[in-house]
Amino acid sequence: MHAPGPQPKKRLLRLKLNGRWREDAVAERELLVDYLREIAHLTGAKTGCDGGECGACTVLVDGEAVPSCITLAVRCEGRHIETIESLATQGRLSRLQRAFHEKLGTQCGFCTPGMIMAAEALLRRNPTPTEIEIRAALSGNLCRCTGYVKIIESVQAAAGQSYDC
Amino acid sequence: MTVDSIIDGRVSRPGVPLIDGIEKVTGRARYTADLDHADALVGRILRSPISHGEITRLDVAKARALDGVIAVITGDDCPFTYGVLPVAMNEFPMARERVRYRGEPIAAVAAIDSETAERAINLIELELRRLPAYYTSEEARAPGATLLHDNKSGNLEREVHHEFGNWQEGFATADLVREDKFSCAEVNHAQIEPHACLADYDPITARLTVQSVSQVGYYLHLMLARCLEMDSSRIRVVKPFVGGGFGARVEVLNFEIITALLARATAGKVIMQLSREETFLTHRARPQTDMKLRIGMRRDGKITACACEVVQRGGAYAGYGIVTILYAGALLQGIYDIPAIKYDGYRVYANLPPCGAMRGHGSVDTRHAFECLLDRMARELGLDPFVVRRANLLHAPTRTLNDLMVNSYGLAECLDRVEHASGWRDRIGKLPAGKGLGMACSHYVSGAAKPIHWTGEPHAVVNVRLDFDGGITALTGAADIGQGSSTMVAISVAETLGVALDRVRVIAADSAVTPKDNGAYSSRITFMVGNAAIDAAKKLKAILVDAAARKLEALPNDIEVVGEVFRIDSGQQGSLPFAEVVKAALVDRGAITVSGTFTCPPESQGGRHKGGAVGSTMGFSYAAQVVEVSIDDATGAVSVDKVWVALDCGHAINPLAVEGQIQGSVWMGIGQAMCEETRYLDGLPGHASFLEYRIPTAADSPPIEVQIVESHDPFGPFGAKEASEGALAGFPPALVNAIANAINIDLDDLPVTPDRIMEALIQRRRQARLASSLKVAS
Repeated sequence: MHAPGPQPKKRLLRLKLNGRWREDAVAERELLVDYLREIAHLTGAKTGCDGGECGACTVLVDGEAVPSCITLAVRCEGRHIETIESLATQGRLSRLQRAFHEKLGTQCGFCTPGMIMAAEALLRRNPTPTEIEIRAALSGNLCRCTGYVKIIESVQAAAGQSYDC
Repeated sequence: MTVDSIIDGRVSRPGVPLIDGIEKVTGRARYTADLDHADALVGRILRSPISHGEITRLDVAKARALDGVIAVITGDDCPFTYGVLPVAMNEFPMARERVRYRGEPIAAVAAIDSETAERAINLIELELRRLPAYYTSEEARAPGATLLHDNKSGNLEREVHHEFGNWQEGFATADLVREDKFSCAEVNHAQIEPHACLADYDPITARLTVQSVSQVGYYLHLMLARCLEMDSSRIRVVKPFVGGGFGARVEVLNFEIITALLARATAGKVIMQLSREETFLTHRARPQTDMKLRIGMRRDGKITACACEVVQRGGAYAGYGIVTILYAGALLQGIYDIPAIKYDGYRVYANLPPCGAMRGHGSVDTRHAFECLLDRMARELGLDPFVVRRANLLHAPTRTLNDLMVNSYGLAECLDRVEHASGWRDRIGKLPAGKGLGMACSHYVSGAAKPIHWTGEPHAVVNVRLDFDGGITALTGAADIGQGSSTMVAISVAETLGVALDRVRVIAADSAVTPKDNGAYSSRITFMVGNAAIDAAKKLKAILVDAAARKLEALPNDIEVVGEVFRIDSGQQGSLPFAEVVKAALVDRGAITVSGTFTCPPESQGGRHKGGAVGSTMGFSYAAQVVEVSIDDATGAVSVDKVWVALDCGHAINPLAVEGQIQGSVWMGIGQAMCEETRYLDGLPGHASFLEYRIPTAADSPPIEVQIVESHDPFGPFGAKEASEGALAGFPPALVNAIANAINIDLDDLPVTPDRIMEALIQRRRQARLASSLKVAS
């Protein structure tokens, strides 16, 4: 009988996830995307590649868009993680979610959570981006369905709206 | 908002968002890897490390003995082949005795977690005896080459030789005959969702439930029953949300059967999530293709004959290969009036991952060659590219030489639209240096008129259900993979019934609930499932009208339906709201389920020649596009400034989705034309990541301006045809033609990378220098 491999070393991780502090025992080598999907059961962030290639796992860490598949969960100690699940509040879609829905910025939808989070980070730091700025901000997020045309239109539509609509 | 206000017959109507769009933008949509698998075992696959060889030893004892490993299976556990075409199933889920490509599955493990599964894979002892391996069509076809499959001499999966009309005479009467060679690289679907499968086997009830990324749940169901020797009634196949397909999942894939085999072997639940590298290895995409194309043309641009030789490097197993090589010939037709055609196709086995169907299946590379050659000949004859296309238009209704039906034909209008929108006439030949315009046309089928597994059943069945709550549920087996087919079904039902769109719910692709559907391929769903949905809704409407007539004590013919109100004499003599009509309809019979069907008639199913069914369809979409490029002659970098595309989809049931599909398909053509290419080093994929296999990003994708042309097909649902594939094939030739227009260099190979352009520019400079030095010398 062959023995199983050594158990990975775990650490208590405290972070703010979508506005709420929580603590979990997390393996030191655990990736943020796996922590979100397997431990916090938030499956909005997707794994689309073997590491940092496609952007489908994009979430916000202290407001900055990062690929959660090449971020160690333990590096997020004390930080605020926001995922796609946090955007719709009080029963309303966020302006980006509404725009992506109405303008068909989503087709198969697999890249959509990451794409919207990347766009969310952009609009927070630059509420009125030019088309070139939008294209640059989303260039790390691959989409295979739309040709990006309606994604750009969705972000433009969302940027044209005020925050509370 | 009622559907009436959206679909009012105007092309400018906006369309509606996807009915499952809110799940997608909120992250609530569950894809296969998102399904609850907390209690599932983890599956992993051992793959062949060499391209071709005999398995001389495979010992899984150590892997099986590892603590935490629940099952290890090999080719011995499944002696049944699987595949698409009943005549060409030559592949086992896991190799038996012999491996034919690097990455082919050999064994699989189910363990308590991924680390244990990976350790177990590493403990499997494998010895192989190498056989000669071939990575090009030429090597594989060379005399004396070792055969990949013993019954396929010359490593040819299929040869096709078709002749229609008198092509010898056609070439003899031409004013210009030109023959060019073209080569298109192999490309991959590169859908963003990696492959995944969740299989659950209950040994107590002996039932299997499989949830997978499939576009073809029905075929998966058939192959699970075949490979697991199970009664198909004990199998349930469910399609969760699917993150793109483009053909990657239109055949049953090895990992799906392996996951089910593991689930049965472990008497439990197994999740299999392939890496991006493995997803690339699974492949089944567009083959590398060599073409030799000859066209005869009169001085006025009229084509007199065409001869085309196509060699496709199909990879190690059959897959859809026979269909692909037949499509490549069949779809030379159906777009232009060509009086004579000779086609010779060769589908070759090579020691590489098997190719399959990819968006524009079989048509894209030959269309590329054809549209490039048309442009070159137009130039030689001093004709405008639009003039040449217009000289060869079909006139619907007609039948092609290979007996394909053309019932509606909007290509002339597509040409007019893009010529106008791009300002072609005012701008062609007048652009600054380094800039160019190019154009091309393309088409695609709206579903194969003859299904792969012929059973005598209708081509599509949709059930529509109405119960006490007044909600209407459409049940369809059609796989929505992001193209919006469920939304199309909802609109078709709501529009036919005249009810609000949000009264209709669609449940799709669950074999325990929904009627069988052949799947999301060959752009069949809008035409076939749309027609079946309309048929079902009409039957339900008749029941509602009868019920309203009974309640109002009138004749059914006197009932007028206005939206959700049923009335007589404009409401003067009584009217009923929808809820009352539903109540009346349910009296005595209770919940209502009606079934709608659609069948392609025999005359639509192609010619009697061998392979004649491939290419047959009830309706072709048509597209024309103009591409504007800028080229930096110092670096060879090409940038696409803009694309103008017009597509005839018969009628846009959901214009918003149609526009999205056209943009997406043109853009996929951009990838194939400019940067996408698989590369193998001794059979080892050098491209198996998104860093190596470059698809265009948001930063380098151009604006794509869409025009929807509606030719109102006499048989399409509301006159509709497909909109998702037809525009793809036009982009690569339009780009190459634009480059020729900009820098006067004809490129024969795809993709048109900067290094290929630089090479052509350097060669031209060298020739110019040589010519001037010769001049000096003389």
